[in-house]
Amino acid sequence: MSYLQYRKLKNILFLGSLYMSALIALLPLFLILQYLILKGATSLNLDFFLHDPSPVGEAGGGMRHAIVGTLYMVGIGSLISVPIGLLCGIYLAEFGRGKTAKILRFTIDMLTGIPSIIIGIFAYILIVAPLQSFSALAGGFALSIIILPIVTRSTEEILKLVPTHIREAGLALGLPRWRVIFQIIVKGNFKSLITGIMLAVSRAAGETAPLLFTAFGNMYLNFQISEPMASLPVQIYTYAISPFDQWQEQAWAAAFVLITIVLGINLVSRALVNNKMIIGQSKRVINHTRLIRKKKGN
Amino acid sequence: MNSSSHKLQLSGDKKYLLSFKSQDSLSKLLLRSVAWTVIGLLTIMIILLTRESFIAIEEFGLEFITTSYWNPVLEEFGGLAFIYGTLVTSFIAILLAAPLSILVALFIQEVCPDWIGKTLGLLVEMIAAIPSIVFGLWGLFFLAPIVREYIAPFLRQTFGFLPIFQGPSFGIGVLTASIILAIMIVPTITSLCREVFKVVPSHQREAALALGATRFEMMKIAVFSPSLSGIIGASVLGLGRALGETMAVAMVIGNSPAIVASIFAPGATLASVIANEYAESTSDMHVAALCLIGLVLFVITFIVNFIARGVIWHYTRKQGNR
Amino acid sequence: MQQRQFYNLLGRSPIKLILIGFVFATFCVESVSAQVRINGAGASFPYPIYARWISEYNQHQNDYRFNYQSIGSGGGIRQFSNRTVHFGASDSPMTDDHLERVDRDIMHIPTVMGSVVIAYNLPGFEGNLRLTGEILADIFMRNITKWNHPSIQKLNPNYKLPDEYIMPVRRADGSGTTDIFSDYLNKVSQTWAKNIGRGTALRWPMQTIGARGNEGVTGMLRQIPGSIGYIELAYAKQFNFPMIQLKNAAGNFISPSPKTVSAAALGLTEAEFYGDYRLSITNSTHEQAYPISAFTYILIPTLIETEHDIAVRQFLDWSLSEGQSFAETLHYAPLPERLAKIIRERISLEDRPKGKIANE
Repeated sequence: MSYLQYRKLKNILFLGSLYMSALIALLPLFLILQYLILKGATSLNLDFFLHDPSPVGEAGGGMRHAIVGTLYMVGIGSLISVPIGLLCGIYLAEFGRGKTAKILRFTIDMLTGIPSIIIGIFAYILIVAPLQSFSALAGGFALSIIILPIVTRSTEEILKLVPTHIREAGLALGLPRWRVIFQIIVKGNFKSLITGIMLAVSRAAGETAPLLFTAFGNMYLNFQISEPMASLPVQIYTYAISPFDQWQEQAWAAAFVLITIVLGINLVSRALVNNKMIIGQSKRVINHTRLIRKKKGN
Repeated sequence: MNSSSHKLQLSGDKKYLLSFKSQDSLSKLLLRSVAWTVIGLLTIMIILLTRESFIAIEEFGLEFITTSYWNPVLEEFGGLAFIYGTLVTSFIAILLAAPLSILVALFIQEVCPDWIGKTLGLLVEMIAAIPSIVFGLWGLFFLAPIVREYIAPFLRQTFGFLPIFQGPSFGIGVLTASIILAIMIVPTITSLCREVFKVVPSHQREAALALGATRFEMMKIAVFSPSLSGIIGASVLGLGRALGETMAVAMVIGNSPAIVASIFAPGATLASVIANEYAESTSDMHVAALCLIGLVLFVITFIVNFIARGVIWHYTRKQGNR
Repeated sequence: MQQRQFYNLLGRSPIKLILIGFVFATFCVESVSAQVRINGAGASFPYPIYARWISEYNQHQNDYRFNYQSIGSGGGIRQFSNRTVHFGASDSPMTDDHLERVDRDIMHIPTVMGSVVIAYNLPGFEGNLRLTGEILADIFMRNITKWNHPSIQKLNPNYKLPDEYIMPVRRADGSGTTDIFSDYLNKVSQTWAKNIGRGTALRWPMQTIGARGNEGVTGMLRQIPGSIGYIELAYAKQFNFPMIQLKNAAGNFISPSPKTVSAAALGLTEAEFYGDYRLSITNSTHEQAYPISAFTYILIPTLIETEHDIAVRQFLDWSLSEGQSFAETLHYAPLPERLAKIIRERISLEDRPKGKIANE
């Protein structure tokens, strides 16, 4: 076998292994989805989205309160920590040589390693205990600590790989550094940054342990930030460990819904970044896109 | 750059309140203060945890991490077995997940058409949204029997001469927990690796191909090597998640605080023991011991990250020499 | 120029819009309701019946909105002590030590009774397996490792037991179930009391399988032939596990059922009927009693301080009367009528704004 043939063979084998790896990585997802549908299909109907839960023995009932609660608290969590996470990531990528950066990097790495239940205990001591009440705010705060390190790290890794010459070009135009960072580097990589944020949001959406002692749970629909609030993972948890078929089915259906919601948020946010949706039809945006195209053309 | 050049002219007219230099130092200061806020958050967290676990620290001292005797009834606690279990499961998980994730990321970024890649990426990220408890129950009812019937016997037959592949398997144990962990951290590592690969300039790829490299060689030379530090960074993040994962591990690891060589045997991790015992424990010493376990987990994460950073530094230096 | 910047804000990242809208919505939408919200937290074991009670009770009244969350007994005790909830719930009573450290007096109100059943998976074996507490302790301590061990065979002379290994499955997480189970074994086996003791989490012998939660134990029981484990009655019923008949203190072999569990509370002495109810009813002396039975409690303050306390007592009064009829369908055992009546009298007696009734 000639060397060329050997190289080609290696290439083919490698490509094959790439295909295989994609299959292997997705296999668990499909198996779990199949498992969820199989177990929870009967509970998945319109009622599921429109009603609050009903006790064992009463038919019907849904998880409206938990769906709303999850969206609400993940929203609070992102509101707190996406800006902070982005800023931290930018700091690490752009000014990442000093002592502060070193300490921050460790801090972030350690934050990813904290078991979520400890985050729950922390939020409990910090917010619930002084206020003497479980609240959606405490839940959102706990989730924000989960979101923060992932956003920071992904931001850092992405921005670090932006070639230096882009920064230099910006600076050469006479822009102050912060504008180079925010208007050129961050804006230019916004789509990639969204991926990191989405990853963080999806992880936060699936967390049970930090919510158990903070947002607590609620049997009813609630919009007040100072009141206990239901969430899908907590509801899934309490229902999945119950001995009743009806609740277990609802737990599986809820898990399926949760995953779908995350997928939905993911898609919508990406579409928004792509300037294709919501105000999509409005003239302003069309004008705006034209403007950008023109700019690019120049 | 229309707007910026416009502004540039203005700056000559001294219309800016602050000079560019002070603008920059101000923005840097702002970023730094955010950074210190986050650091402060972790510090508060550690202080609070230490306060909560104080009576356990007083009672056991260093013995807590050198003994593996865990008896909630007699209120005697030692966490060595949990430390061991955490390290072993995370290590196996990263061993399984990192190569897989890198390959998947390469596949998405380099091989398949854009829309397939995007869909694949989305699907992989969906894995991150599956609640731990679902992973746990799926692991218990679906994966554990598979490990018991197929994977464990296979490993025992093939590599049975190694002590880590010996002994009976009931399906729940270190191996099953590691596999679940690996599945859970794949999305984290994959997404980050993808972003890292995305930023590699395409002219590097083109250059490699133009030199006659096969696609494999192109990916190796032009994509993989330059992003090594990013890949390790991604893996560290995955490792962090593996170290701290609670519920799913707790359901499939068997929760037996003993140090056994075999990966088929049940074990226990720091995070899983907290998840298992915190909600139902009523004695103060027990709660304090569990908080101390949390503190130990902090330290472990710190050390593991330290080592991982050392590895990155080592590699980046090697690349610099090349 | 100005205008372009404005487009920029909207078009370039409409996510901002969404976020702004979200914040706006968050603080604007307030569910206005005159209902008083009452939160309770604690044990997961009684969660299904509490949820049922709350839903039924809501049909009787509209002034209060009860919310119960299962966060574990320890959590329930801690949260109630910290006053973050209006009532707590626990499977095991608080210790004297604990009660002392809380800054107010606490009453334990039994609500329903539950039991821990011994389920097993022995393929090819049909019939009612009988065991005593001592043998059970020996099995879980790994002193008896085979199903056809002479002492088991002697108790079951009508059946031929297989020559198979016994694999004990136990809870790996802290749980009230383990607490009740070990409380019973503590009473009947001295070696158990000496070596293992009682608690929500124990130090188990090496060759037992630890599974998380009732669902984990049932999962293991279904998968491993020759296994034996302890679970709640509802789980055993749902998965149709065969259950062991246990010898009670009176010497009878009793199958677990709501009736035999309720009987366990009839073994109480007169003083205990009027006591503080922090007592164990495992290994009850009543002749029809299933030996591994226990109360589950709701914790309320002895002194009425707020409107919430009154509402909780009214809810308890309803649960202990009309509410008891829902117990059996959910596989709980109702309290014996006499006990329920005494408790209702006592909570209404102590239902005074001032002062505290002396302990009988």
